[in-house]
Amino acid sequence: MLILKCPYCGVDAEETELAAGGEAHLKRFGPGSSDDEFHDYLFMRENPKGVHFERWRHANGCGKWFHAARCTQTLEVFGTYSAQVTEPPQEIRDAITAKRPGWTWREFE
Amino acid sequence: MRHYSAFAVAREGLRYHTGWERAWRSPEPKRRYDVIIVGAGGHGLATAYYLGKNYGIHNVAVIEKGWLGGGNTGRNTTIIRSNYLQDSSAAIYEKARGLYEDLSQDLNYNIMFSPRGVLMLAQTQHEIRGYQRTAHANNLQGVSTEFIGPQKVKEIVPIINLEGPRYPVLGALWQPRGGTARHDAVAWGYARACSAMGMDIIQQTEVTGVRTHDGRVVGVDTTKGPIDCEKLGMVVAGNCSVLSEMAGFRLPVESVALQALVSEPIKPCMDVVVMANTVHGYMSQSDKGEMVIGGGTDAYNNYTQRGSFHHIEETVRALVETFPMVSRLKMLRQWGGIVDVTGDRSPLISKTPVENCFVNAGWGTGGFKAIPGSGWAMAQLMATGHSSLAEEFTMTRFREGKFIDESVAAGVAH
Ligand SMILES: Cc1cc2nc3c(=O)[nH]c(=O)nc-3n(C[C@H](O)[C@H](O)[C@H](O)COP(=O)(O)OP(=O)(O)OC[C@H]3O[C@@H](n4cnc5c(N)ncnc54)[C@H](O)[C@@H]3O)c2cc1C
Ligand SMILES: [Zn+2]
Repeated sequence: MLILKCPYCGVDAEETELAAGGEAHLKRFGPGSSDDEFHDYLFMRENPKGVHFERWRHANGCGKWFHAARCTQTLEVFGTYSAQVTEPPQEIRDAITAKRPGWTWREFE
Repeated sequence: MRHYSAFAVAREGLRYHTGWERAWRSPEPKRRYDVIIVGAGGHGLATAYYLGKNYGIHNVAVIEKGWLGGGNTGRNTTIIRSNYLQDSSAAIYEKARGLYEDLSQDLNYNIMFSPRGVLMLAQTQHEIRGYQRTAHANNLQGVSTEFIGPQKVKEIVPIINLEGPRYPVLGALWQPRGGTARHDAVAWGYARACSAMGMDIIQQTEVTGVRTHDGRVVGVDTTKGPIDCEKLGMVVAGNCSVLSEMAGFRLPVESVALQALVSEPIKPCMDVVVMANTVHGYMSQSDKGEMVIGGGTDAYNNYTQRGSFHHIEETVRALVETFPMVSRLKMLRQWGGIVDVTGDRSPLISKTPVENCFVNAGWGTGGFKAIPGSGWAMAQLMATGHSSLAEEFTMTRFREGKFIDESVAAGVAH
């Protein structure tokens, strides 16, 4: 069972306590954006085999949204972090690099 | 290839079964093929088969990283139905269901198609209206389905509990010519027929790169070295995003785990397939007597072919309330597959931004039933550049807002 530490209440939450929220750090495109940008924002989710960044909600706990960095190939969790950031913090990136040197994900590395 | 027949069984019986040949060859790859198909699941093998049968294209390789049929094709719960809502879906799924009817004869391989009937239970008022709408749509599409009341459901499935603790059974969408088939046999039958046409099925060989020149595909890199081709078909289900990335484009697909389980074998107790989408579980009985059970997908991206345990619990709970007699059954095995899900729950059978490179993916939780129709359409698209069956299933349909929305209609789309 997937276990993620909620960065807000500190609980090691089991999967049944959590709700998955899909790809993290989306840039929202609205009126005035190009067709390509709007299409990709709505329909083109990242689907990597490997390092992935996601939103999760501690639904049956404190109720708050947070971020997680995970490997979709091994189900290993690299870390969780606050929802109040627009990109993965350095310590999370370092934790991933320690295990997956040279990783990239979207514009991040 | 030696023909399978009752006579062959008798002949082999008389000489201690020493004369059976291997069902397919296992050749080393050639330097070049007219067409390379990546992925020897049902859809890839069916594509190769109809390229040969319908278009006379025989210089074909099907490249498989594991063993043929070892992906979702060998992991699914084998439900076959064509009672979809949208016209383009009904067309391709009904084409497939129709081809399944005499596929055993066509392939000279017993795929054990069993049109035993599929029931999709309506357990809320909303579901009743939804299925009545589907039944009307199916009438117009020429797909034979019917909305039936609870008493008829009970006649067809005596072990069902109409007055479940949470949701009563209010009726059902009934497709009498839906059913099941033997999943491995579908892959094996197509593989044997492809091999007999001279095609190479190359197992234990992973495609690691897609080579292009001036925006055209020219070949693939594999763990057995580079292989050239004129045309390339990517038919790798949950791995389609990995393949498309090799070719330099993206697909509107996410990969998630879907699980199934089977019980110990018991005496025949249910001779149809029952899907209960509100409580979220479905069940049929295999010829061996095992109850074959499935439910919903996990909610997060996953490539491990392992799903979350609590989904099994949810599925079993749903079935115990629908069929109280299964509550004391022991479960024998459980497994998972990685399914490729699109935003509108409909597949992609499409040209791609790379010339002569085609994709067939996005069948998600429900593509076993589609294998013959999908292969038929994909072969037509690859051979002629156009297929009316595949026309609407382009990878660009989201941009134009032309969804083929089966997510509302199906809920659980197996
Ligand atoms: C538990 C479960 C239950 C299901 N139940 C049903 C059901 O009841 N009814 C129904 O209609 N559908 C069902 N489905 C869906 C159905 O199984 C799939 O839609 C269908 O089998 C997909 O077939 P495919 O040929 O596209 O993919 P697959 O059978 O997965 O074949 C793809 C192949 O590509 C290979 N591959 C991947 N990457 C590479 C590479 N780089 N190089 C070479 N080869 C590669 C894989 O090894 C694999 O063998 C279910 C699925 C699951 C997992
Ligand atoms: Zn919390």
